[in-house]
Amino acid sequence: MLTLSSISVAFAGRTILHNVDFTLAQGSFCGLIGSNGSGKTTLLRTILGLVKPDRGTVDTGGHEIGYVPQKIQLDPFMPLRARDVVALGLDGNRFGLPLPSAARRRTVDAMLTAVDATGFADRRVGDLSGGQQQRIMIAHALVRRPKLLLLDEPLANLDLRSVAEVVSLLHTLSFEQRITVLLSAHDMNPLLPVMDRIVYLANGSSVSGTVGEVVRGAVLSRLYGYHIDVIRVHGRVLVVAAGGEDALDADAACEPVHVTQIR
Amino acid sequence: MIGAAFFTNGPVQVALIIGGGAALVSAVVGVFTVLRGQSFAGHALADISSAGGSAALLFGIRPLAGFLAMAALGAGGMEAIGARQIRERDLVTGIVLGAGLGVTALLLYLDMTTTSASGAANTVMFGSMFAIAPATIPLALGVGLLALAMTAALYRPLLLIAIDPDLAAIRGIDPRLIGLAHLLVLAIAVALSAMTIGAILSTALLIGPAAASLRLATRPGTAILIAVAIGLSATWGGIALAYDSFYWTPGHGWPVSVFVVMIVLAAYLAAGPLGSALARRRMARS
Ligand SMILES: Nc1ncnc2c1ncn2[C@@H]1O[C@H](COP(=O)(O)OP(=O)(O)OP(=O)(O)O)[C@@H](O)[C@H]1O
Ligand SMILES: [Mg+2]
Repeated sequence: MLTLSSISVAFAGRTILHNVDFTLAQGSFCGLIGSNGSGKTTLLRTILGLVKPDRGTVDTGGHEIGYVPQKIQLDPFMPLRARDVVALGLDGNRFGLPLPSAARRRTVDAMLTAVDATGFADRRVGDLSGGQQQRIMIAHALVRRPKLLLLDEPLANLDLRSVAEVVSLLHTLSFEQRITVLLSAHDMNPLLPVMDRIVYLANGSSVSGTVGEVVRGAVLSRLYGYHIDVIRVHGRVLVVAAGGEDALDADAACEPVHVTQIR
Repeated sequence: MIGAAFFTNGPVQVALIIGGGAALVSAVVGVFTVLRGQSFAGHALADISSAGGSAALLFGIRPLAGFLAMAALGAGGMEAIGARQIRERDLVTGIVLGAGLGVTALLLYLDMTTTSASGAANTVMFGSMFAIAPATIPLALGVGLLALAMTAALYRPLLLIAIDPDLAAIRGIDPRLIGLAHLLVLAIAVALSAMTIGAILSTALLIGPAAASLRLATRPGTAILIAVAIGLSATWGGIALAYDSFYWTPGHGWPVSVFVVMIVLAAYLAAGPLGSALARRRMARS
């Protein structure tokens, strides 16, 4: 479904990604986990063809890809209803004025139903809450029925309830329609119940596998290049550098390793 | 006081046609300009186009041709220098604007010293609605229609880019190319209104109706219709009031531009509270 082979990306001579490899099977739900600046957005944009890798290949099997970018800034005065945003996912690349079409409307309505957004479909999108906007962007990405869906930090800036809602929506869509989901996040905890694969980014390198294979002290220590402890408590995972900040070398000091704190 | 004489008056007829056309194009293009956060670029292009207007007076060519050529050149210049971020884009706009105004200053000086066009600065900066040559109508209508056709063609890609440029890029749309096309359409719009209400005031017709409409509309089509209604009312209302003003202060009337700008401002100020009231009603219904 999706295969990345030894992808390397450098910006202005600085290596951002180095030899990133992983494969996702159809229908898998994968978390792309890494701290700020670890290269999550760069990796997703590379898969989309928006960033040309210096080395390596991306194979999407010719499938169309749905995409939800990070931090969409919807102007409060943007004259678009939620349903207009979804319709633009269908044919926003076409030239000329959109002609009213019953088929188009049916497709959009079906998608709005699928993401449980019929209640606010006719509201101006800038007036919606963060969670509602995220649903609409997911509908925008899925309205052409792609088999691969990439989401960049869709859970950031959502309250706990919205996080749970969006995660369960994505899980349902992935399960029912066999959509492969690759979703970036800096905190893996909300995804633990649903993800069957994880790609962990640090220092430009990656490890991938099941959560059980990857989220282990020994594996992450090798990835970060210094000692890491993985603590499981109350069903949550904490990734911490032993000895705190003092133990980190100069490079790592810029990249906080505390992926998660107890809330 | 406005009777049959108003509509049979030659200069008034030309003003109604070209002013109306300029207002229509500016309102439509303005909605996308505001959405793209390019109000400053729009104002800059209008100011830059004044160099063309001044040159036209100097060389005795049609003013609209001068305004158009210079606005298009300014658009090309902004694109050539290039900018990736909004902030950088504003800087580039400012630099091209400075260069353009420098040229305008020189040309206006030459206009006033070497030709008999003593009112050149006033004409270029504040418009000459009642002094447009009827022969300008075909060119004005032609480029106006071109601008509307291009906006219709770019309608959906422009909206998609306004949501997020990457969403357009993954669907095979080059946001930069669309941006350049929109900049050229913008150049046409401001050149048209620069000729009618003046380079400096053309921003009022470009940004005012669009900004007011975006406070009221929930859909792009509605926003465009409201903007057009405001732009046309302001322009035609302004022409009527200016014509009427010949009777207020015998001997000389007031400039059209003043009335146009006042009506646009009033519409914008009214749109704020009206928009909030509409939003409350929508919330109450849903
Ligand atoms: N176009 C670019 N030019 C130069 N450097 C870039 C560019 N895009 C990203 N970078 C750099 O690449 C690194 C990785 O950025 P990226 O946005 O991929 O990280 P991220 O994991 O998505 O971070 P965040 O969690 O903050 O979204 C950062 O150091 C960033 O400064
Ligand atoms: Mg990112």
